[in-house]
Amino acid sequence: MKKEIICTVCPRGCHILVEGDEKSVFSAEGYSCKRGLEYANTEYLSPVRILTTTVKISGIDGDLLPVRSAKPLPKDKLSECMDIIKKTEVKLPVKRYDTVIADICGTGTDIVATKDIG
Amino acid sequence: MYNIKCDVAIIGGGPAGLAAAISAKEEGAQKVLIIERDNALGGILQQCIHPGFGLTRFNEELTGPEYYSRFADKANELGVDVLLNSMVLQIDSDKKEVSCVNSEYGLTKIEAGSIVLAMGCRERTRANIVIPGTRPAGIYTAGSAQRLVNRQNIMVGKKVVILGSGDIGMIMARRMSIEGAEVVMVVELMDYLAGLTRNRVQCLDDFGIPLKLAHTITKIEGNERVTGVYVAPVDENKKPIKEKEEFVECDTVLFSVGLIPENEITNKAGISINRITNGPVVNQYMQTSKSSVFACGNVVHVNDLVDNVSKESEQAGKYAARFAMGKFPKSKKEIPCITGRNVRYVCPHKIAISEEIEKTTLFFRVLAPEDNVKLIARCGEEIIAQKKEFRANPGEMCNLLVDTSKIAGDEITIEVVKED
Amino acid sequence: MLKTDVVVIGAGAVGCAIARELSKYNVNVIVVDKNEDVGGDASKSNSAIIHTGYDAAPGTLESQLVVAANPMYDEITESLDVPFKRIGAILPAITDEQFSQLPAIKEKAFRNHVYDVEFKTGAELLEMEPELNPNVKGGLYIPRESIIDPFILVQALAENANVNGVEFMLGAKVTDIKTSNGKIESVVTTKGEIKTTYVINSAGLYCDEIAEMVGKADYKVVARKGQFYILDKNTSCQVNHIVLPIPTKVTKGKLMCPTIHGNMLVGPTAEDQPSKVDKSTSAEGLDSIATDVKNLVPDVNLRDTITQYSGLRPNRNPEGLNFNMYDDLAGYINLSGVRSTGLTLSVAMGKYVVEQMLYSGAPFTLKENFISKRKGIIKFSEQTPDVQDTLIKENPLYGNVICRCETITEAEIMQAIHRPIGAKSVDAVKRRVRAGMGRCQGGFCGPKVIEILARELGVKASDINKNNPGSYMVTGTTR
Repeated sequence: MKKEIICTVCPRGCHILVEGDEKSVFSAEGYSCKRGLEYANTEYLSPVRILTTTVKISGIDGDLLPVRSAKPLPKDKLSECMDIIKKTEVKLPVKRYDTVIADICGTGTDIVATKDIG
Repeated sequence: MYNIKCDVAIIGGGPAGLAAAISAKEEGAQKVLIIERDNALGGILQQCIHPGFGLTRFNEELTGPEYYSRFADKANELGVDVLLNSMVLQIDSDKKEVSCVNSEYGLTKIEAGSIVLAMGCRERTRANIVIPGTRPAGIYTAGSAQRLVNRQNIMVGKKVVILGSGDIGMIMARRMSIEGAEVVMVVELMDYLAGLTRNRVQCLDDFGIPLKLAHTITKIEGNERVTGVYVAPVDENKKPIKEKEEFVECDTVLFSVGLIPENEITNKAGISINRITNGPVVNQYMQTSKSSVFACGNVVHVNDLVDNVSKESEQAGKYAARFAMGKFPKSKKEIPCITGRNVRYVCPHKIAISEEIEKTTLFFRVLAPEDNVKLIARCGEEIIAQKKEFRANPGEMCNLLVDTSKIAGDEITIEVVKED
Repeated sequence: MLKTDVVVIGAGAVGCAIARELSKYNVNVIVVDKNEDVGGDASKSNSAIIHTGYDAAPGTLESQLVVAANPMYDEITESLDVPFKRIGAILPAITDEQFSQLPAIKEKAFRNHVYDVEFKTGAELLEMEPELNPNVKGGLYIPRESIIDPFILVQALAENANVNGVEFMLGAKVTDIKTSNGKIESVVTTKGEIKTTYVINSAGLYCDEIAEMVGKADYKVVARKGQFYILDKNTSCQVNHIVLPIPTKVTKGKLMCPTIHGNMLVGPTAEDQPSKVDKSTSAEGLDSIATDVKNLVPDVNLRDTITQYSGLRPNRNPEGLNFNMYDDLAGYINLSGVRSTGLTLSVAMGKYVVEQMLYSGAPFTLKENFISKRKGIIKFSEQTPDVQDTLIKENPLYGNVICRCETITEAEIMQAIHRPIGAKSVDAVKRRVRAGMGRCQGGFCGPKVIEILARELGVKASDINKNNPGSYMVTGTTR
């Protein structure tokens, strides 16, 4: 399986062509540095993203609590995580980095507040 | 009328104002006051809930609220005073006076030792770039939509076309997608991406959102709510090719077509404005043409990374404090920073040559993308600073660290040259 | 069924002026309009000029009304607190051919009883208007041509009519007019039927469709689109007068003038079109404005534009302003061909219509307690610091600036919503207090105005419209 990956490590934006199967990378070409190669490997085998969104505050219609995943989440889990987050409400007060949802979707990563409110 | 006295008055409590306040305090200013129009500190970062901030400064990937909270906490610790819900109407640079309004205190006059402008910028609109068509509901600047979605719990639309591939546009493409809207496409007039490559990958490609480079919206349709837009490719003169125009159905159009420094107060105060950056002309102390007034952040020039704003604003805060305390460096002369090959502008615009030896960072943008280049600062034929870059993009600020003691002659030229 | 004496169809400048005039009498009046706000069509998108009538076709009803209306504005704008300025117009001749046309234009003005038009030399005009094309050969000065806030004029007329007892039924589209035995019976609207003796058709663009309902449509409305640019208040090239081109046989041409609030207005085009709803601007139309106006004012900087809009003038085929009453349909009054001069002549038309009704036997008696004055919303930005301070002390919402470009406070927006004929939409707020009319075009205040409207009207944000029904601003909540 071949996949073209645009490197986001630096502004150069190398187009790296990665070849491999589901478990390993056979070859990569088009990268310009070691960090680029590492990025391409991760992006090919198990791409991850930080998820940021908002959570409803109980009893309040306007303000929302901004939240993030404490660590990057598997890309293919993001939409499942959003389904949970959309149903979640928090009670005030909330402190920055308070856990809002622990171990979301069994990923081992928490959804945490990014701001103090209340 | 309510009166306040302070050493340094800072207009705006966003990232620029916060960093300036902290460094003014650290430099020794007694009373530092931030005047903020919103009901909280943080400025635009309050609605920038996405990650990507702080990579340079903290070597961590923070969200907007996390980034500004670090500064707000520090400002609080240092005892910076804050006047919230207060809109500044004008400043008087001779009297060093700021007038603002506030529901609680009424019209408020602040007498200061120096003033720092940190009002940020505003968004260019659909009308500024003259996109024809009707004027229905459903047309927003990306930033307004971002505020509604992230701070007011309001969804602006269901089927979205975005004009402009700047970072805010791409980030809103992802944000709207995550919240369940369909983003039909992102349309970009130029034949290259306006924002960061990372945002293209994580905000567009991840969600399968097509990017139409060298295209524009030629007309907006819909009498009450937007019903769609016409999109056409453009020729080399950026003129739409009418025959290739296509109708794209949508109920919302977001415009991410550039930011303009917000300088109404600056203009009224008679401070010199640079025509390229649309912000005040400053020297390396971030001092404007009125000696008591300093400026920093997006009010001076639009930045792509808040990390750079913080750095530049610390400089403004430091020297505003020194000005207020009567310890401002005496300069022998001021020399202009000249834009050389493939450089659109340089900030600071001038360098004051004083007895103090300083290292100062020159921020600048290129005119067009270029690979394998060398960034050069030179006085006459003598190169005083240089560095190599794989790629220089108009959307990404370049910088060079210059030792002011090495400056000779009456000007300094910044240029980008092609490496073989 | 509702009962009244007079139904005025159309709450534009003319309809509201008639309503206000009628409110001086002991008579029940209901104004109906399909739009949610007064002044929602031609009265809101025009050049905002109060004309003298110097160039009207002499001897016509249009000429009589415009010429009569102009002098009325000093008193009416004072009484109703409407921003108005007599800045005067100049008509520069750039070419020899244009110069040769000037005497005929002046003579026509004379025949319209506009006697104060003056010849000016090129040098005099350049002194009056330094940004003028330096090749100007001479021209005319028309001192009483004036500028006004057209939104406030219509709102003030409507508000004052309302405090004097006129009811406004907005968002009500007229679907039928019932008659029997040669008399008006009732007006059927989407919000109910109104039994009435008189119907005044001042429906502007739609007056032919209303006339059709009673079989009196011996004409058609032709929508003539006019596109405009509005420039930033701080644009480098500004004019102090209404700078008019010498008209050609085809068109009156494109002008440049300041607005009452200090922006520059440039336009309009004149394009006949079949649609009465298509108010789109076009690249071609906007380009033609640029080309034409540069002949008059070469340095005009259209890149400083903060908005572009277009309006539809309700022209008539066959042409001309018409006032009609009918022997075979008692109580029906038809106004048609109220076109670009409509804003100006509205106040004279109000008087004309009521006088005609009285002459033909309407039994209206004058009220004793007519309230002739109206006070507008106090504009925070126009006050001295001391007054500003007092305003905030009295009403703290004056200390909360919502629109930063125009310095409009929450107190002003609250008044716009809660005054008689209050604002229910984002554009209605904008037309009352200018929140969102500045250079950022509501980018900053738009989200806040939606929030305030929803809060004050006790509805959800998704119920707030930009303007008319269907123009919903947002689709719902995210959570």
